[in-house]
Order: sequence, then structure tokens, then C-alpha cells
Amino acid sequence: MSSNRIEPLKLEPERYELKAAPPYRFDLDRRDFFKFLGAGVLVVSVLKPAVVAQESGGGSRRRGESLPPEIDAWLHIGEDGKITVYTGKVEVGQNIRTSLTQAVSEELHIPIEKIDLVMGDTQLTPFDMGTFGSRTTPTMNLQLRKVAAAAREALIGLAATQWNTDRQHLVAAEGKIADSRSNRLIAYGTLAKGQQLTQTVASDEALIPPANWKVAGQSVSKVDGRDFVTGAHKYPSDQKLPDMLYGQVVRPAAFGATLTSLDSQKTEQMGAVVVHDGDFVGVAAPTQELAKSAHAAVHAEWKSEPQPSHKELFDFLRKNTTQGTDPTGDGDRHDVGSVDQAFASADHKLQQTYTVSYIAHVPLEPRAALAKWDGDSLTVWTGTQRPFGVRGQLAEAFHLPEDKVRVFMPDTGSGYGGKHTGETAIEAARLAKAARRPVKVVWTREEEFTWAYFRPAGVIDVTSAARKGGTITAWEFHNYNSGSAGILTYYDIPNQRIIFHSVKSPLRQGSYRALAATANHFARESHMDELAHLVKMDPLAFRLKNLKDERLRAVFEAAAKKFGWGGSKSAGHGFGMGGGYEKLGNVATFAEVNVDRKTGEVKVVRVVSAFECGAIVNPDGLRNQIEGSNVQGLGGALFEAIEFENGKVLNGRLSQYRVPRFSDVPALETVLLDRKDIPSVGAGECPMIGLAPAIANAIFDATGLRLRSLPLVPNGLKAT
Amino acid sequence: MSPIRLAINGRSYTVDTDPQTSLLTVLRDHLDLTGSKYGCGEGQCGACTVLIDGKATRSCITRVGAIGQREITTIEGLAAGDQLHPVQAAFLDAGAMQCAYCTSGMIMSAVALLKRNPQPNPNEIVDFMDGNVCRCGTYPRIVTAIQKAAKVMSQSANVKGVGR
Repeated sequence: MSSNRIEPLKLEPERYELKAAPPYRFDLDRRDFFKFLGAGVLVVSVLKPAVVAQESGGGSRRRGESLPPEIDAWLHIGEDGKITVYTGKVEVGQNIRTSLTQAVSEELHIPIEKIDLVMGDTQLTPFDMGTFGSRTTPTMNLQLRKVAAAAREALIGLAATQWNTDRQHLVAAEGKIADSRSNRLIAYGTLAKGQQLTQTVASDEALIPPANWKVAGQSVSKVDGRDFVTGAHKYPSDQKLPDMLYGQVVRPAAFGATLTSLDSQKTEQMGAVVVHDGDFVGVAAPTQELAKSAHAAVHAEWKSEPQPSHKELFDFLRKNTTQGTDPTGDGDRHDVGSVDQAFASADHKLQQTYTVSYIAHVPLEPRAALAKWDGDSLTVWTGTQRPFGVRGQLAEAFHLPEDKVRVFMPDTGSGYGGKHTGETAIEAARLAKAARRPVKVVWTREEEFTWAYFRPAGVIDVTSAARKGGTITAWEFHNYNSGSAGILTYYDIPNQRIIFHSVKSPLRQGSYRALAATANHFARESHMDELAHLVKMDPLAFRLKNLKDERLRAVFEAAAKKFGWGGSKSAGHGFGMGGGYEKLGNVATFAEVNVDRKTGEVKVVRVVSAFECGAIVNPDGLRNQIEGSNVQGLGGALFEAIEFENGKVLNGRLSQYRVPRFSDVPALETVLLDRKDIPSVGAGECPMIGLAPAIANAIFDATGLRLRSLPLVPNGLKAT
Repeated sequence: MSPIRLAINGRSYTVDTDPQTSLLTVLRDHLDLTGSKYGCGEGQCGACTVLIDGKATRSCITRVGAIGQREITTIEGLAAGDQLHPVQAAFLDAGAMQCAYCTSGMIMSAVALLKRNPQPNPNEIVDFMDGNVCRCGTYPRIVTAIQKAAKVMSQSANVKGVGR
């Protein structure tokens, strides 16, 4: 019977993720490892197939994808005592190089300085799907702890053999094994000397419980921070090779445009390399100045079709679903009870629509790649959250086997979900192939604004019903296009109909920090506020009345206490809240705004976030992520939106697209709930989701105006 | 094209380029001083900030031919050997970075601010630094770092003063 059907939505790590390339099978020939690494002790972690499947996207297995049991991390202890750890995860500013190093340091009992992490190099590190979905802490941090614990046990075993003693008397500390009954000590490097010992991580590796952590659980500053404050670190866009050329791509006049004519004669006379291959046109020259002039001298004509504009976007999304316009249609859905019966007998019923605009990631380092060919082997340095995915794209673009392609990802100038794809890598490689020299392509800010992808725009219709006392009885929720991350409600509602409707997006769209959870929480938490007012209840009391989840209740209560919910406020000020559950973390965000109806200025003056993500690995690093989520979230909440028309972005420069600056930042307070009894999970995304509704609800509290579109106040809020 | 002489970080350099070329391109491509970053190309983000005669300057919109012999300082020239500048040390200490792509520009702007105003209050810091963008959102930490650096620098200035 359909009324009792519970059909959970598919787990959606990345709805708009490009299909991953078939994963590389890592042939485990241990002798080869030692040839490459030198003698020592090697520990490998082999994932179970179930875990691999979960990492690749759960139930929604894609065609042609079969992930074998896979090595996901390995650790080598060299004869010099140096610890090298290999992981396919990458550093884009979330400071996982630091938190993963802490994990290894903790279990291996060796100072942080002795540990070197090799990350995101497709030749050296095990296959990894990518760094997204807040998966690094719950999976890789745990794996590296296991790997390091196994290494510790292997070293104790070596010492026991060498000293001909029982291992139970031996302990590891500060990079040495000590015998508790004598004063014998031996350094890890000495034990590793001449060894070719390999060990596979056991499934039940004895890990140090979070309550006993000494290095993990502490605030540790960025492990290689000095390289960043001195300008020494080489980002992808800083990479250089001898004889390298600078490349630039000639862009179509509009999205989807096709090339109708090309005149590049002048360019060739200037001494630049010109590549024309299908709709790809690019130039390369020995200096950036010459590349720029050569680029300007190319005369290309393009044919494009009329396309929708941002002004008609939300109508367009609603009318262009891939499964037709029936609002109860066959999108991804979740049904509980019978919403129709509940609506028919409701005391209160409320129907509202919420929208979110396309926004850009604006990573401060634009996409960049340096490509170099050696015969038919290709090496690319590029900034991407998916080095193995980019390797697959390169292999496909150039008809190469994947083992002929190496992608190397130096720690990069941020991503926020915006650097999952390899277009710059392909462009640089195409130009390098023609030039027979290495070529570097760094996108301009305008290119980054136009030819990357956007956070999906969306329309969300919410209909709800409640009893007089404030119990919610029905919840119908339709999301058009923005995605289904965070679409399910955590409020306790007996009758639910929740549907995601996919749409043929007018703009190229993809992952963005917290995915659709921002849009879905904006709609849900705004609607909860509206419903609270309808049933004449305090918004916090109303939420708690309808919420059983203890972890979520705890963050709402903690944030409310810190914020002083219910306290007095100055004229023109308003209070609001929003919160939820995403990527295994729990957040509640409370905001205070000041609205000046004369000038129209809306200033967020104070934000309090309470966050819980299990056992905390690095408290200061965590605070930094929560603060950053709130600051970045201000932009999408208040003023960021991509304007477009006929396949062109109209505000694709930093002088035209406003991002949060120093003067936009409110006082930020963070409450961390450290649950040492719960496994650690990620924190780069979840803290962002409560902010937009908290601000919208606070604006309503201050002004009585209910704003239901993100961004909320791109042009301020003047009294009319 | 005639050779252009530049004084950078206490050294003299000669580059062969069009005087219209941006200082940022010259620093990064010609001289391999890649600590200064490209972020927007229109002076809107501050990632390319260097000091010219102590003043914070957006190198992406500064023509290399217009500088003359004025002294240019980049992030690479800030530390004295292994000794970090107090602003660099304060950024590390305050954890005032995530991806850190904006960090060199932030530090250079902060050094210029403290030169002009050795004891800025938080509002003065926000006003001065508002042209520098950090997309990771570490602004509050940067404000803290600048306050820390101001404190350290004034203490060391006092110590020097006593010695004189």
C-alpha cells in the first residue's frame, strides 16, 4: 500500500559529479614498493569492497564501474626513520594535511615533524575517488590511524625479535621502542634498517580511544604553515618547467556556441603556436604577454542559440523537469504516511515557495594546469579535488591508457567543490601536444566565472500542516533542480512526501560546498519559522516540540544558550535561527541582524554556531572551518548571484560579483560539542547550512518582511 | 622594448619586457617570485599586493614601466633570513589561513597598515584590509593576527627605544 511506503532517497554524495573514470587497479607487488621506497617497513590498508562501494556513491552504482578491493593508504618507515604516508586525498585549505598528520602521529607515537604526507599524486598514491563530501575525516583519518597503529605494532614486533623478548613489555614513544623492564631504547629507523617487512592492516586494529588522545584532539597549526607565510609554497599556478609556454584558450561567444570561422594568420606570424581542433581554439607563446597578444589577434566567429536569462530562471526550472511537470511525478522521492489525508484534516496549513540562485565558487586561485609530454606519456600538475578523475578525463581526451597519465596536485588555492573537473588540464595538455613543449594554462578570473560550473539554482515548494498545539502533521517538499542533499526532514512528522525533480539546467552546474543542503535547509528552516509564527509559538520551542533527534536538539539548545535566545534586542535588530544535519554533522546557527530601512543596509552583526561532529580531531582547525563556512555562507545568503542571458555571464568579474569582505563579517562565536564517544566526521560543509535561514528569519524578526529567495538582499532592504 | 631596472627586496634586477606589462607578471614569470598571486587582474582582491616604497600596491594593475627606482618589497623579501617578520609569525600563530592563497597579499597589506598606523583598532584594520579577499573566510583570524603583530612590534620598538 503506497501510503505506508518508505522509499528513502538514494544517498547522494555528488549528484552532479562527472562520472568517475574506471578506477586504476593497484597491483600489489611488494618488492616493487621497496625498489621504489628503499628498505624499511611498509604498512598497507586494504579497503573492504563494501566500504569502497560506499565511498563511490552507495546504491547509485554507475554503469561500467566496478570497484575492486582497494588499497587506500600506505605508510613507509625508512631506514632514516622518516615516515612517509601516501593518500589520494588532497589539500585545498581544509587543513587535512595537518589533521591527517596528527592522526598518524597519535597512533605511531612519533612527532609530527617526522611525518611527510604525499597527497593526490596519481603515480604515488593509492586510488581515491576524490576529496569531497566531507569524507576525509570519517574515512581517511580512521584509515590512517589504523595504518599507523599497524606500523606501531610491526615495530614492536621487530624490537621483540631483535631483543629476543616478549612484546608485551615493549612500548612505543617519541619515535622509539622502549623496554619497560630495562633502559633499552631503539629508534624506528634503526629497526627499519635492512628490512623489507610488509604488513596489512587488520580489521580490528587496536586504536587509541579519543578520550586518551594526546596529539589528535589538540589544536595543531598548519604543518607546513611557514611555506605559506613566506610565499615559498608552489601552488598549481606557480609551477614552472624549462622551455615552458604560456597558453590561452579562445572562448566561444556564448555557452554551447559552435565555431563558424577562424582566422589565426596574424597569430602565427607573431610566433605563437595556434591549435584549432574542432571547437577548441588555443594559443601558446613563450611569455604571458605574447600569449595575450596572440590570443587577442585570433579572429573567431561563433554561432549560438537564444538561451534563458536569470530573470526567467525560476519559471524555467519549474517548467523544464526531465520527468514532466506533474509535481507529484516520478523524481527521486520519499513517502511516509499520507500527506493528502493529513492536509484535509489540518488545523493549520501553509504553502510557500523558496528559491536559490546560481552562485560561483570564486576560488581565489583560478583553475590552473601545467602539462608536459614525454613521448606518449603525459604529466599534469593541476589544482583539482579529484586527481584520479582528472587522470581519467585526460586518458579519455587523448585516447591513452591511464597508466600513461600522471596527475599531480600541489596543495591548492581552494576549491569549495568547484574543482572536480579537468578542463584546464586538458587544455594545457592539448596545447603542449601541439607545441611539443610544456604548456601552462591559468584561467583568468573572467574565465573562472564563466567556464567553470555553478552551484545549482533551485525552486522549492513546501506545504505543511500542523495541529493547534504546534505538532506538525504533514510535510510536502518539492525541490526543482538544486539537488537532494539534505532534502529529508529531521523533524518528526508522520506524513511526508519529499520529491527531487531534476531539470535540464540552463547553466553548467556541479558540486558546491554543502551541495543542495544549503538550499534545502534554507527552505525547511525558513518554513519552520513561518509555521511557528502561524501556530503562535516561539520558533525554538516549536522546533524542539517536533524534534526527537538528541544530537540535533543538543546543538539547538547549546547555540540558543550561548546566543541568549529570547533576550532583549535594540531597535532595528532581529534574531533568527536555522540548523540541521548534514554529512553526519549537526549544526545550529543563530544570527542577529540590524536592518536600517532608511539606507537599506542589512548588517549581520552576530552569529553563534553550535556544532557537533563526533570526537574532535583539531579544535582550532574545526573552529577555523566553522568560521569560514559562516563567512563564505554570508555571500550566498545575502548578495551572491550569477546573472546571465543568452549563454553569457553578465557579472563575471570581482568588480561585478560581490563576495564577503572584512567589513561584512559579524562577530562569530562557536560552541563545539566534543562527543568522544562518537566517531569523528567532517566539518568543511555542514556548518554552512544553518546560516541563510537564520539570517532570513532574523530579517523577518527585525522587519516583518519574509524573504524567500537567496540571495536575500542583493540590493539592500530600503523601506518603500 | 628596452631593459627595465627594478629594485626588489634589496636587490637590483633587469628585465626585458614591454613597460606596459604588469608588475605581477614580471615578478611571477620573469623573476620567479611567485609568492605574489593572481586573483582577479583588476585590483579587486589584493592577492597580488606588494609594497612600493612601503605602500601597499596591487601589482596586477601596476605597469612595470611606471615604477622607476622605487623600492619594491614582496613576500619573499619580508623575513630576515630565518627570522620571520612579526606579521608572518602572527599569521602562523593565529592560524589565520586555510588554503593560504590570499595570505601573502594579506601579510603585505598588513605590513603597510602597521607602518602607517602602528596601533590600529579593529575598525581601522577592517577599513584598511577591505580590499583584500579571503574566500575561505578567515577574516576574524587575520584581524587577530594583525593585532598580535602590532603588539609584538610595539614591544620590540620600545625595547629598541630604551637601548638608544
